[in-house]
Amino acid sequence: MNILVVGCGKVGQAIVELLSDEGDNITVIDIDEKKVNETSQKYDIMGVVGNGATHNIQLEAGIEHTELMIAVTGSDELNLLCCLVAKKASKCKTIARVRNPEYNKDTPYLQEELRLAMVINPEFAAASEIARVIRFPSAVKIDTFAKEKLELLKFKLPNNSILTDYSVKEISTKLKCDVLVCMIERGDEAIIPGGDMNFQNGDMISIAAAPQNVNHFFKKINYHSNQVKNVMIAGGGNIAYYLSKILFKSGIAVKIIEKNERRCEELCVDLPKANIIYGDASENETLLEEGIDNTGAFVALTNLDEENILLSLFAHSRMNGKIITKVNRIEYDEIIRKLDLDSIVNPKHITAECIVSFVRAMKNSMGSNVETLYSLSKGKVEAAEFVIREKSPILNVMLQQLKFKPNVLISCIVRDNKVIIPRGQDVIQLGDSVIVVSRHLRLHDICDILE
Amino acid sequence: MNFAMIFVLLGWVSCFNAIFMLLPALVGVVFQETASYSFFISSLISLIIGLLLLKFIKPKKKTLYSREGFVIVSLSWIIMSTLGALPLFLSDSIPNFIDALFESVSGFTTTGASIVTSVEDLPKCCLFWRSFTHWIGGMGVLVFIMAFLPLSGAGNMNLMKAESPGPMVGKLVPRVRSTALILYAMYFGLTVLEFICLLIAKMPVFEAINTSFATAGTGGFGFLNDSMASVSPAIQIIITVFMILFGVNFSAYFLMLYGRWKDALRISEVWVYFSIIAVSSIAIMFNIRSMYDSIGDAALNATFTVGSIITTTGFSTADFNEWPEFSRTILLILMFIGACAGSTGGGIKVSRIIIMFKTTIKEIRMLIHPKLVKKIKMNGHEINHDVVSSLNIYLIVYIFIFAFSVLIISAEGHDFITNFSSVAATLNNIGPGLELAGPSQNFAFFSVPSKVVLIFDMLAGRLELFPMILLFSPITWKK
Repeated sequence: MNILVVGCGKVGQAIVELLSDEGDNITVIDIDEKKVNETSQKYDIMGVVGNGATHNIQLEAGIEHTELMIAVTGSDELNLLCCLVAKKASKCKTIARVRNPEYNKDTPYLQEELRLAMVINPEFAAASEIARVIRFPSAVKIDTFAKEKLELLKFKLPNNSILTDYSVKEISTKLKCDVLVCMIERGDEAIIPGGDMNFQNGDMISIAAAPQNVNHFFKKINYHSNQVKNVMIAGGGNIAYYLSKILFKSGIAVKIIEKNERRCEELCVDLPKANIIYGDASENETLLEEGIDNTGAFVALTNLDEENILLSLFAHSRMNGKIITKVNRIEYDEIIRKLDLDSIVNPKHITAECIVSFVRAMKNSMGSNVETLYSLSKGKVEAAEFVIREKSPILNVMLQQLKFKPNVLISCIVRDNKVIIPRGQDVIQLGDSVIVVSRHLRLHDICDILE
Repeated sequence: MNFAMIFVLLGWVSCFNAIFMLLPALVGVVFQETASYSFFISSLISLIIGLLLLKFIKPKKKTLYSREGFVIVSLSWIIMSTLGALPLFLSDSIPNFIDALFESVSGFTTTGASIVTSVEDLPKCCLFWRSFTHWIGGMGVLVFIMAFLPLSGAGNMNLMKAESPGPMVGKLVPRVRSTALILYAMYFGLTVLEFICLLIAKMPVFEAINTSFATAGTGGFGFLNDSMASVSPAIQIIITVFMILFGVNFSAYFLMLYGRWKDALRISEVWVYFSIIAVSSIAIMFNIRSMYDSIGDAALNATFTVGSIITTTGFSTADFNEWPEFSRTILLILMFIGACAGSTGGGIKVSRIIIMFKTTIKEIRMLIHPKLVKKIKMNGHEINHDVVSSLNIYLIVYIFIFAFSVLIISAEGHDFITNFSSVAATLNNIGPGLELAGPSQNFAFFSVPSKVVLIFDMLAGRLELFPMILLFSPITWKK
């Protein structure tokens, strides 16, 4: 695939690093000749020096043959302009990094009107990642589908769980939980379970459910997900803002410590439910006073990597809960991982990973109707999202009457923004988003799942 | 220094060399020559060396930094040339090994300076091998390997940079491998085109193949003792056109192929290159007018010789050594200018001359307006100061090597013009020089030490000095 990356900063380089090994033809554009030379020296890519938003430079970088343009310069407006110009010059898909919170509310509008394939906000992406860790500390992996309305959650079944008494179909009939088991990993095997399958100790189970139903399920099976009740955040930047918003939805209390009075007032207005503390988080008196000892989770989000690491180390000595540290510099990753810190979050890396997973899905889904594609269990099983846009034989037939191929499972239907965990009596209608989990298959169309 | 990776690449070079040598062997079989056995033996030797290196050396890291790039390129060329000299030596065509090595290096570096007194007496397979080495050496053997081997890992660009001529080596497309493939595809296409044209002009097939190879690589090994003097004017015209075409920057062809005519026409180097050819051809034409029967004859000889010298091919239709002093001086200057960067030709390269010229103007203007801010531009792009300064270093090293070579050769006691022009002809990969080394002569009269110096000059000239210099400097080998 031909990919054009505008902006050769940390994120741009991380994207190039991840993609250049996958056989894509990558061209980077940056105004800084030094950066371009450095990057094209390090990876097998082509570099163009100039302003990526100008038509001329885009032509020079071969925009006509480009399938995807990723704009990740430091400026939101420039990124959007790059995408606009590229869209006019060719039929490529475009991804823009837009980080200003004021634009964040407009994201769906921007995406629709400017026909962007993806709008990525590094702070928001980082916040979502942190929120996931806080909400399900025991979950191994969480993927979201249908614009975050559905979660695919993987967790390890503990010994002596009551779930071993039930079969797969009894989760809905006896436990009355609206979740669907999509995949069970037992040893090296990945199984797409039928209704009669039983659980065993040590199974890795992937379930699909709407976010609000997940906790209910875990409560029913007595699975202690170590649910966090309150979170303390050091540093009130954009990530803290987004994170608080997400955490409120799950009913988690948030306390933000911020040393800039002006910013405290702003946060106070934007986040009425949060406790905003005007103080310096780097003074341990402040942290103790605000009760770090009894906090469920501590998140260090100040602007300084060093401060974050120190704060987390201090927090670690005082509390037992989850500790999350934001580190901006990727280079020292290995050293930092050796320290006794729980989770480390790198916003730039998350941004790059988000984009790269989009690119991979795009590559897999080229020439097919797949909307999103995730690989579960090391590529053995994949979950693909289809949007039903045209008439097909699958429409309006009860699922139990359709003949599916083996190892295929319809894990969810999203209709009118509502998540339906499908049962045999449900039907697929025009306009639905359907998520299909399948093994060893490259699905190109929803009809591929039928015999 | 990643020695394992260096040996692996050298192993591949040997293997590819073994394959290359099978072609002249087949030619020998077709013409039923006994010399073909020497090519089979040399091919086998190359293959064994290559396979041994590949079998026993497993690199842990695949990264190549620029120092490995330089070392690999210079060692590859030395190994290629040594292996390439084997068949000439074994078949007794050239009984002295140093002479065989000189001939082989002259072939790979596309110089075309020969020590063979009578080319017509050589076996056909040796003639084919000489021309074929031109073709491989023209675009570069590592570029060839990169095009056909999926060498993973970053840093392959360092190989390409070290082997391809020009002050700024860039890629045509994002992947090094695709770039190498495209380069060779264009190269191959143009060669075939010339071959067809030569066939239409009624040149025999074997001669047409040899001539196409020698023109494509801007080499200059002929198959007749008088080079191209006795072939028909039509063929001379075809060769002139293609010599000049192979001296054009290949990125211009690439841009044209992709329909980017505007960008292609913006390459100022190509314009300057054509202007130099036009002006010097006309000047020489009038200067030698009285020596030829018609003005057309003079024009053809002048253009052919100018094209042959500026692209550093080295074919000749006339003994330009006999021409008036004015014409000889023009030719000597053209020897230094050379072809475009990114072509198969040698010399200092037109783009370097342009940048140097622009820098000089800039410096003069700076003398008058000391606070003037001025940036040098080329093809609409700003030229970085690093490029200018490395170009200056290039020129200094060039002059040093040149002066030392002339000094060493002068110990033999030949006249100054011979010494000067033979170093110019080898360092710029042209072939014939003036006086004793003129187009109707050859390099056989030099002593062994002088030949070694000229061999070094040819390699240094083809690889643009630095790889060869780095190979012999202790800093490269320090940990």
